[in-house]
Amino acid sequence: MTRKQLSGLVGAIALAGGLLMGGTASAEDKIGFIYVGPIGDHGWTYRHELGRQAIQNEFGDKVKTTYVESVKESSSEPVIRQMAADGYKLIFTTSFGFMNPTLKVAKQFPDVKFEHATGYKRADNVSTYSSRFYEGRYVVGKIAGKMTKSNVIGYIGSFPIPEVVRGINAMTLAARSVNPDVTVKVAWVNTWYDPGKEGDAAKALIDQGADIILQHTDSPAPLQVAENRGVWAVGQASDMSKFAPKAQLTAIIDNWDGYYVARTKAVLDGSWKSEDTWGGLKSGMVELAPYNEAIPADVVALAEETRKGIEDGSILPFTGPFNKQDGSVGAKKGEALDDGVLLGLNWYVEGVEGQLPK
Amino acid sequence: MSGFDWIVPVILTVITAATPLVFAGIGELVTEKSGVLNLGVEGMMLVGAVSGFITALVTGNYFLAVCAAAFAGAVMAFLFGVLTLSLMANQVATGLALTLFGVGLSALMGQEFVGDHVSALDKLSIAGLSDLPILGTILFAQEAMVYLSFAMVAIVSWFLYKTKAGLVLRAVGDSHDAAHSIGYPVIAIRYLAVMFGGAMAVIGGAYLSLAYTPMWAEYMTAGRGWIALALIVFATWKPGLVLVGAYMFGGITILQLHAQAAGLNVPSQVLSMLPYLATIIVLVLISKDESRIRKHAPACIGKIFHPAA
Repeated sequence: MTRKQLSGLVGAIALAGGLLMGGTASAEDKIGFIYVGPIGDHGWTYRHELGRQAIQNEFGDKVKTTYVESVKESSSEPVIRQMAADGYKLIFTTSFGFMNPTLKVAKQFPDVKFEHATGYKRADNVSTYSSRFYEGRYVVGKIAGKMTKSNVIGYIGSFPIPEVVRGINAMTLAARSVNPDVTVKVAWVNTWYDPGKEGDAAKALIDQGADIILQHTDSPAPLQVAENRGVWAVGQASDMSKFAPKAQLTAIIDNWDGYYVARTKAVLDGSWKSEDTWGGLKSGMVELAPYNEAIPADVVALAEETRKGIEDGSILPFTGPFNKQDGSVGAKKGEALDDGVLLGLNWYVEGVEGQLPK
Repeated sequence: MSGFDWIVPVILTVITAATPLVFAGIGELVTEKSGVLNLGVEGMMLVGAVSGFITALVTGNYFLAVCAAAFAGAVMAFLFGVLTLSLMANQVATGLALTLFGVGLSALMGQEFVGDHVSALDKLSIAGLSDLPILGTILFAQEAMVYLSFAMVAIVSWFLYKTKAGLVLRAVGDSHDAAHSIGYPVIAIRYLAVMFGGAMAVIGGAYLSLAYTPMWAEYMTAGRGWIALALIVFATWKPGLVLVGAYMFGGITILQLHAQAAGLNVPSQVLSMLPYLATIIVLVLISKDESRIRKHAPACIGKIFHPAA
């Protein structure tokens, strides 16, 4: 028995429980959520769970929402299929790795609508949505570049997929735009959620000289390590300041509430279409937690200026000139990478150390 | 950083990564030596993590927290014992159920405490010794639980191989029918072994929530219970090797993180699966070489004991 199988089993049992509860309510439209982590992760899954609650609050008795948490990506297909078979109208699959299973099940259930977070494959009944987290990271990068004393920023990566690489690059570009001496060290932990390992990665990065820790993983453990070691950190997905009241500079917050309510409404009134939504700071899908009081006023002003610039479109984070890590041109002066390039981003910009795992 | 400055922080992190594995591994080792396979380690660790955390938060007393965790683990293991030893349910299925139960129960218990945190467990401080460069911080400035983990390995090793009670326990694990026929209370001995295993697993869990990452987060063990189970096979059921294995498994993770942070090119995915890979290799070796390695594996593991009439 491996962890994967076990989690699948957990998922299946949780689903069975959820379906039993939902079984009696036939008049309501059923809306399902598949989560990759536990809703108590304080991070990624927790924010999706808030989105589910927003739907329930908005539509009350008209809909019945159900979720299955801690579904491993590799064993998600039966869980998704079971939901679809049980007459769910709309199913949100909220992790990148659910992409192919979602597409596969969607083919078998053309009448069920699917919403897949952070993926790039769509079908007539599969929409994709994601948020431009990198816009938040670009703002954070400006702060980090100003706040670092060691000029080393540590970044905990989950998996080397474009979404994560975009964040690393956006942060690096912003940090080096205000402090060209900055280098970024990346530690890949190959998991979205493992508090112990994420904390270990933070320790390793700090031991290697980093005095600011960013993460693209879901637990608050790295912030706690930063708090104990007296370095800065940036919260991920949720405001994590209660774990690191002194250390958290700000946090990049996902807010799916508006999108989830809108998509549910579209299903209920029949206007749902397969779409690709990529919202950012402007649409409110990405928010920043309150800035740490220890950040000097001029740095806060710079961050705010950057945020507003991104919102009104005057600042595009991936605007040249900048080089790739290997020294070749990433983007020429005045040129900005388009969404197509960003969606497939698989190289580091100059300033990031180490080799990107393939 | 230059020279060997990096070694000390690496070793310190390896110790914290290995300690939960040592506890869970050594506890399950005793359980398995008595002929019982309890796959509920992960679930018990989680319950230990949450009950230790809550106790520490409410009382502020870490000793009490560890005791409360150990008690919770013993209760869970007792439940496992009732099901598998008295009611003779299948051990594999019951163990898995125990893990599922633990995942859910710990989430339920921890619900109110999400977002709280406690200060990390104090580290030892001996005037003079703890301040010594390098050796001082490694040898004399750890949490009490780290020393306890080493002590437990020594105690278990001594108990199993140097005491009569340990011999009886191993006899029960190797041939419960023979042990029964010469009058040993097989079921009672197994109950004790299972409960000891439960208590150790949850102390490992409590180390996670009190010292490793002093907070409660759902499913914070993230598979360490399964690694502990793999560890026992890897160690071919020898207590000393459980310790070595725990430090190796912990060390691999930490070293690769440091290597990455230092900008070295390491295949992190491969290293992440190494503990499991190592276990499979050992399993294959055990199956091939009966005489040398297998003699430490309890022959009756997982088998249900039906007392002959």
